[in-house]
Amino acid sequence: MAILAFLGRRLLAAVLLLGVLSVLTFGLLAASPGGPEQVLLGGRPSTPETRAAIRAEYHLDDPFPVRYARWLGDVLSGDFGTSIAYREPVVNIIAERLPITAGLAAYAVVITVVVGVPLGLIAAIRRGGTLDQGITATSLIALAIPSFALSILLLYGFAVALGWFPVFGVGETPMERIVHLTLPAVALASAQTAIVVRQMRAAALDLDQQDFMTFAKARGLARPTVWIAYALRNAALPVLTVGGLILAANLTGALFVEQAFGLHGLGSLLVGAVGQKDIPIVQMLVLLSGAIVVVVNLLIDLAYLAVDPRVRYGAMEAA
Amino acid sequence: MRAVLITVLALAGLAALVGDAVAPHDPAAQNLVLGAVGPSADHWLGTDELGRDVLSRLLAGAGSALFWPVLVAVGTTLLSTALGLYAGYRGGWVDSLMMRVADLAIAMPGMLVLIVLVGVIGGGYGWAVLAMAVLFTPGDIRVVRSLTLAQRQMAYAEAAYTLGLRPSRIMFRHLLPNLAPTVVASALLSFVAALVSLAGLSFLGIGLPAGTPDWGLMIEENRGLLDLNPLASIAPAALITVVASAATLLGDRLFETMSEGGAR
Repeated sequence: MAILAFLGRRLLAAVLLLGVLSVLTFGLLAASPGGPEQVLLGGRPSTPETRAAIRAEYHLDDPFPVRYARWLGDVLSGDFGTSIAYREPVVNIIAERLPITAGLAAYAVVITVVVGVPLGLIAAIRRGGTLDQGITATSLIALAIPSFALSILLLYGFAVALGWFPVFGVGETPMERIVHLTLPAVALASAQTAIVVRQMRAAALDLDQQDFMTFAKARGLARPTVWIAYALRNAALPVLTVGGLILAANLTGALFVEQAFGLHGLGSLLVGAVGQKDIPIVQMLVLLSGAIVVVVNLLIDLAYLAVDPRVRYGAMEAA
Repeated sequence: MRAVLITVLALAGLAALVGDAVAPHDPAAQNLVLGAVGPSADHWLGTDELGRDVLSRLLAGAGSALFWPVLVAVGTTLLSTALGLYAGYRGGWVDSLMMRVADLAIAMPGMLVLIVLVGVIGGGYGWAVLAMAVLFTPGDIRVVRSLTLAQRQMAYAEAAYTLGLRPSRIMFRHLLPNLAPTVVASALLSFVAALVSLAGLSFLGIGLPAGTPDWGLMIEENRGLLDLNPLASIAPAALITVVASAATLLGDRLFETMSEGGAR
């Protein structure tokens, strides 16, 4: 029961947050320079007649709350309006672009986990050694390098100078696509990997002080067994906590990486739409990323509850 | 190591101050006949598509590339230190309100907000700088607050309280000096975040008119020249990377100093 109450409050907060976001998103149209008419006209000639037609078509003379309610109703029933630049339903355009961004993000997450977790553990095991210092400094630098600068450096080094990877495009077959997306995925993954390495290292070092670790070592268990069966499992929790941070890094990074590599995904779609003041597309992408952030944070809370009995108990206490 | 980092940052600062004056060519002078060529004795880093000298453009762009982030860092640090000290020392509803706001701000993909705000509403760098300071402050408030909480427990702080000193005096004369390394470190990190975000905005073509000598914009404009003169986009990318890395490593060292001092 207590858990249900806890979940209920979390859900309520999530819905509230999305509600606020939707008002702000809708407000974008009114706040854009030249007002909504100018934006909705797009490239069409601006005469008193066309302006009047636009005002009537979009009910611009209604008060803000009425317009917002109408817009929200449309959005909830899956109608995000028509793109001004493409003259096509926003939903279709986004569905067309989604696979590239989703593939890129999934690829980057795989790299993050496969590289970040072992490196963080190794750094913790070799605490203070040259390897640890190297890994720690590299991850700091990886956090500092902007993804667009890294993209350009990777693009030049591995695609232009060495010729190991293609410079443009996304490929036709699934295999080709993996090759094409490798450099962008590395550029996207580097900052996230650094977050995981640092968190993993700190968590493992903290665990090293724990009695159960000392006991496991005292029993003469092999070092890999101690670190993988005992430390890794417990260290997974703090790493889960930074999941939200990683998601934010991923969403933002995709914008720059797609732009730098000339990929036609959602990130470059947003950048283009912002430049062309194609507000319906901007609105849907902002709502989409807001929804993703909210849902993933909710999932992280749930995963915490599922994985750690202590958290479950704490949540019940609080409720 | 620390000396190297400080030297790198000092050199960047010097370039920002005198870059315009020492640039070997006019950063805006075009030479369409020459076009994009690699490094030569006349153009050390080569030229871009319009035949403009890359080195001169980098030097001319150093000022704005570094000035605005410094402004963001100073603004964020002043605001977050004052608010963080207050929240940590006084507690109460102000504290809980600030922590709620901080949670919200940290969960937000800040760059996305900036792109949409500055891109759609416009207003250029001024707006971007203001929005950035607002976005960065909550995170720093949290850092200052948690350290204030720890310092408040120390004997010297209790002694100051027992002596009946005014709260503002305790906060700024007694607690603040002990937080100084962390405050400087988080100022450095704010500087890095602002440097990267502003360069990122101009890389996306947001906030600056085309043709401005700006590091982020240069990366984007010269992205297509990777075969003719790769330095035209690699050099600004490398500069941003070096400055950001140096400031981050220096900030990290300061944080370490603080935690070692606490453990002693």
